[in-house]
Amino acid sequence: MTREIQPQDVESAARLVAHGMRPKALPSRDAGYAELVRRYRDDDGFADTVQRVAAGLGLVVLAVGPQSGIVLAAVEESVFEIRMDEYARRTVLQNRQTDKMLHGLAHLAAAALAFPRPDDLGDDSYVGRVSVDQVDGAVREACRALEERTAGEADPLSDAPQLEAAWRAWLRRPEATATKDGRAGEATTRGIVGKALRFLADQGFLVAVGAEGGVYRTTPRYQVQVRELAAQRAFDELLQLGALPVATAGGALRAPNAQGLEAPDV
Amino acid sequence: MVSGFPWRRTSCPERSCSEVRRPGHRSPTAAAEAGPPVECRSVVSDGGALRAVDEGVTRRLKALACTAPLHDLDARKTRLDWVDATRYQMAEIALQAIDQVTLAMDFDHGADQAQVVKRLRPFVAAQVPRAPAGEHERVAQWVIENLINVGSLDRGFQVDYGTFTEDGHYVRRRFDFKLLVEVAAPDGEVYLRASDEAINVLVGALDTDVESAQVAAEVKLENLIARGRLGDARLAAEQARYRTVQYAEALRQKLDATRRDVRSVDWLAAVPELLDEALTHIESRYRAETAILANIADARDEATEPGRRRQAAELVDVVGDCIQRHTQLQARLQEAGATFRAEQDRQQFSGRPKRAAIDVFGQLLRPCLALDTATATGPTAAFFGAGAGVRVPSVPSLTGLVETLLTPPVERDPLGEPVVEPDLAPVTVERFGADLWKQSAGLLDPEGRARRLSELLAEAREIDPELPTLVALRVVHAVGSSVGTARNQGDPTLLLAIDDGTVLRDPEFGGSDLLVTTAGVLAELGVEEVA
Repeated sequence: MTREIQPQDVESAARLVAHGMRPKALPSRDAGYAELVRRYRDDDGFADTVQRVAAGLGLVVLAVGPQSGIVLAAVEESVFEIRMDEYARRTVLQNRQTDKMLHGLAHLAAAALAFPRPDDLGDDSYVGRVSVDQVDGAVREACRALEERTAGEADPLSDAPQLEAAWRAWLRRPEATATKDGRAGEATTRGIVGKALRFLADQGFLVAVGAEGGVYRTTPRYQVQVRELAAQRAFDELLQLGALPVATAGGALRAPNAQGLEAPDV
Repeated sequence: MVSGFPWRRTSCPERSCSEVRRPGHRSPTAAAEAGPPVECRSVVSDGGALRAVDEGVTRRLKALACTAPLHDLDARKTRLDWVDATRYQMAEIALQAIDQVTLAMDFDHGADQAQVVKRLRPFVAAQVPRAPAGEHERVAQWVIENLINVGSLDRGFQVDYGTFTEDGHYVRRRFDFKLLVEVAAPDGEVYLRASDEAINVLVGALDTDVESAQVAAEVKLENLIARGRLGDARLAAEQARYRTVQYAEALRQKLDATRRDVRSVDWLAAVPELLDEALTHIESRYRAETAILANIADARDEATEPGRRRQAAELVDVVGDCIQRHTQLQARLQEAGATFRAEQDRQQFSGRPKRAAIDVFGQLLRPCLALDTATATGPTAAFFGAGAGVRVPSVPSLTGLVETLLTPPVERDPLGEPVVEPDLAPVTVERFGADLWKQSAGLLDPEGRARRLSELLAEAREIDPELPTLVALRVVHAVGSSVGTARNQGDPTLLLAIDDGTVLRDPEFGGSDLLVTTAGVLAELGVEEVA
């Protein structure tokens, strides 16, 4: 069933896309937004228009739901894209590559701790909780497990730092340093994770819980973003590199030495 | 010194055990390493005699490297400009510092840096008692900062060493290690912990099995007590305490991870087994240490010699501390069980899986961590790009633009900040004005004649009542004038006053009636010319 698209429909579609660009706008707080979301789900013609408007802007509609609202992602080279170079701008040139990698790892780890099991990522009603402490701790633990597994393995070559394993880079970085003004050092792993969590909160993916700060809960947007796009992209990259282990239903985040930590079968 | 310790451990059973296991243990990881195409030089096919020798050397090189920062402290201390550091034994202070940090480490956090400095101060002060307390504190601070290696980005140490690859090539590798590590406690404070390497440097227990080493230490302790050698017993007790700390630290790490996520932990066997083992261990240690404590307490009470009595009393403290640490550990273990059950309940009712999804930790994060830095940049950047959401390019809205345009510019005075009226302090008035100085200069330039001070004073008194004082002062200043100084300053002449024993008779001044003359200064030869 096709139906003529009215100019005002295009306007509504664009308005829905615009809602998606405000990270903290939610359908539950805005009747107009909620109405547009309802229409998207009921009216295929309208949904198509919304997707086309988004596509024209260089965006992809990942999901539209009453809880998450419209979740958008930028296509590559779009004006809306956030590049790692911009995100990790304030780094020393000499460590740039390592720093970028550490910032990326921090985001990956934040998602991993927010959704520890595949089920959690799949379950729309799941709300994860993350804190700097938890994320850095889990990554360190994973690094330590890798260190144990590679015990006896040779140390990295001193003239080829880019061949150093990622876990070594994370472990070597201090988790915190005492600074004069009492804030966490930026180059530390806690500083890097903290920056990632604050950024995600600014993007409407996390919401700070509790008074003292540092603990966040996930929003449905974040779940959709990770599930529908980010995890897939990273998955594809790893698939190309041939570095993917076989998944288990229970998830792989385990306590150390509790017969987990089996080698990822390549 | 400590450098003797590490060697002893290279031949311990645990060590050789792990070596035996290594070839079989290696192959899967070596295969995993070979997965990414970049790593090719370090692929190992089989272990050879050369390699076995090589590993022994490598291990010793690493053990040696751990002591290097301590030696380095003494080597670099002479470069400190704020203290005469040759008087301090920096390596000794460093060992004390690691000691203090290790002792202060407990479950929740490490040692507060200020506390460690405070505890170090007596040791530093004992080396140079006369130096000010501030200096002692600064030396302690300096040593701690150097053990953390504050200047470096990673706050650790690196050492390069050479190994041979399987095909006989010599390659250089990097060994990273830390001695004191800064960690963040739950309350946000930064504390110090001693790294494993540091504890190994300190105790000399390189990679030993914590449990068996502890048992050994306690057997030794009991023997020593039986023979009445309490000084040695104290040493052994302290070693036992270090091992207790080490053991507790290992357990803490495991419990931490357990509390974070228990979802995929084997509840039926592995975890209860782990807890049981730990509890059994604590029980046996508790019993052993209580027995020892009773024995030493007896030794303390029966001892008549004050020195031995004091030793025994100190030993009681040490063992008491060990017991306290075990109790702490036990409390943690019990708590962990409750955490497990609570988590289990929460998980059990979370519902059935709704759809297939990616295991972010196991399928993305862990493989990424295993990649090398250059390769890992790809997937992590891809995740970031797709997971960071949308950036909205900032476009000034009309209202925003109007506001921006209408905002009055920040007032900025072209002349800069107003000049602050300075507080003027009263200037001390010169006693002799420029006139008097000029007149005195005229008097003291006797045109090649040597004159008596009394003559000069009489002449001066006629010119001005103040002048004699100035003349007298200048003449007295001229006694023993240095030619070198005058030449350095480039003065053409030099005023000289010589005492020939004549007594000055003057209503105002007393002393010798000096002979006053001027001498020209020859720049090159340095010979003075007395007219």
